[in-house]
Amino acid sequence: MLSWSFILGHLNYWLFIVLMMTGLYIIIAKGNLVKKIVGLNIFQVSVFMFYISIGKITGGTAPIFPVDMNIDPEVIYSNPLPHVLILTAIVVGISTTALALALIVRIRETYGTIEEDEILVMDREVLSKRVLRETENSPGKSL
Amino acid sequence: MISYVLQYDYFGLIKHLPILQVLIPFIAAPLIVFIGKRNISFWLTFLASILSLIIAGTLLITVQSDGIVSYHIGGWAPPVGIEYRIDHLSTFVLILITLVSTLVLPYIRSSILYEIPQDNHTLFYAAYLLCLTGLLGVVATGDAFNVFVFLEISSLSSYVLVSLGSYRDRRALTAAFEYLIMGTIGATFFVIGIGLLYMETGTLNLVDMSNILESQSTSRTVRSAFAFIVVGIGLKLAIYPIHLWLPRAYTFAPSAVSAFLAATATKVAVYMLIRFMFTVFKPNFLSEMNVLEFFLLPLAILAMIITSIIAIFQKDLKSLLAYSSVAQIGYILLGLTLLSEKGLTASIIHLFNHGITKLTLFMIAGAYVVRRGGSLLKHLEGVAGTMPWTSAAAVIGFLSLIGVPGTAGFISKWLLVEASLEKGLWPIAILIILSSLLAVVYCWKIIETIYFKDNLIPSKEGEIPKSMLIPIWVSAIACIYFGLNTDITISIAEIASQTLQPDYVNNN
Repeated sequence: MLSWSFILGHLNYWLFIVLMMTGLYIIIAKGNLVKKIVGLNIFQVSVFMFYISIGKITGGTAPIFPVDMNIDPEVIYSNPLPHVLILTAIVVGISTTALALALIVRIRETYGTIEEDEILVMDREVLSKRVLRETENSPGKSL
Repeated sequence: MISYVLQYDYFGLIKHLPILQVLIPFIAAPLIVFIGKRNISFWLTFLASILSLIIAGTLLITVQSDGIVSYHIGGWAPPVGIEYRIDHLSTFVLILITLVSTLVLPYIRSSILYEIPQDNHTLFYAAYLLCLTGLLGVVATGDAFNVFVFLEISSLSSYVLVSLGSYRDRRALTAAFEYLIMGTIGATFFVIGIGLLYMETGTLNLVDMSNILESQSTSRTVRSAFAFIVVGIGLKLAIYPIHLWLPRAYTFAPSAVSAFLAATATKVAVYMLIRFMFTVFKPNFLSEMNVLEFFLLPLAILAMIITSIIAIFQKDLKSLLAYSSVAQIGYILLGLTLLSEKGLTASIIHLFNHGITKLTLFMIAGAYVVRRGGSLLKHLEGVAGTMPWTSAAAVIGFLSLIGVPGTAGFISKWLLVEASLEKGLWPIAILIILSSLLAVVYCWKIIETIYFKDNLIPSKEGEIPKSMLIPIWVSAIACIYFGLNTDITISIAEIASQTLQPDYVNNN
């Protein structure tokens, strides 16, 4: 099963899986929120690469038809659809990153830190002291 | 009925209804940002929501009379072009979303005055409309990649909506961040699954995909695609062990947002799961996988029992309701995993009934936040004295959550028990009842607090404004109405589950 041709023939999958797991590991293991977002990006990019690699056909050329539209049936074209899909997915990825970074800015403004464990400690302190700044003062006050 | 509508159809818009369903809120959202006036933005949002409700209603009638509506975008026939496909299940979910949205908007208008600074209201409405667009789009589309895009539109805007709770409690920011991480991992898993399916079938159209998958034997690619899709949707859906983002997000989000998301967002994820499990992967494939019986069924039961127990120990009404939501998702999953027509019907009805029940309860939690400054149990002590109408609606909501006869919650739980007995799974029926008993415990805890504790917080202000009270009562009355008059929901859900052929494997 695990012959050289199997390993080399599935090279794109190996790369995709390694990259994906790296990203996922960073998201889980790192406490710094920005690093988490970097991990998330690596994770997403691995999927982009996966999509792009499945559009490739061995011996296929770029899917551009000649101007006179005399398409030679002998020529094999690669599948352009996955690339188009990934353009959309890249946009989604960028908006996610932008939103996450905006959230991190707000977290830094209110907590003064972007380390997850420090934020957790601060939240617990608030709970134990029952300070709950905003929730306790002046019920019904309009903002 | 249709011919009556058609004679007023001057612009030929009727045949474009499936796309208009999604486009109207989608166009209204940037329009609001450009106009930038707070009052106009509310009315535009409300108008878009009402139009969506009317469209969803028309689609419901059309599908009931003429069968499935298939709309080809740009006139490109599927599988090449993108198809919007409205069947019985879609119309049911579309009605739920638009109904909830129209009901909750007047409430939102008053409640965000207390929770979000006025400068942000226009942007809030824009984000809300985008969220609505995404949710409607996921349901309307028949194209796998479109599902992903709409899912992300709704998710991204709901992260924004959740984070707006930070004006009351800064933990909303971290909750939104956590939700973003989990939601994005879920969506990415989902898109990997779509990629693998595309690899195997060469199409993105869901119906076409299902036909191709049916005609060939299952390969490892399809099985891993199935695994990725189930886990991806599971993250969005908050299936039991990966649910942790949900209680935090719903607790710290503005109450109106919790009400809207609890009633719609998870329900749309359930819809996606049903769509992929029963339309794309046929049930004979599912039972070959045994995934439902040995993986999802135990998780559904664990969710029902464990999160109900966790809910009992919550000190905050909103987080109690959020944990109870995870438990209710367990019921919905349980119905799916039974792989019978009755089980699926029960799931679809519970989707609707639990939607309106949770809408009522989260709106009430929001009302208490407005008057008492928080939803911790100590804020709620003796609140019934000053807010009798809200508290009476709370009783109705909790009765429906428990599943007392005469309320909407009873119907779906009863069908679920029936479905599990039909399969001969009596231990599951007992567990459903056990979980309902746990629900009695946590609901009683709240009712005791609001009715029988002494009111220690001196509060001059009495009942909440009418604009908040009326939506609460309308949805509370809906909880009773759909418990007594069950013809509408049951008939639609039955047809929906028949078209999905959940017991396909038994017939072949």
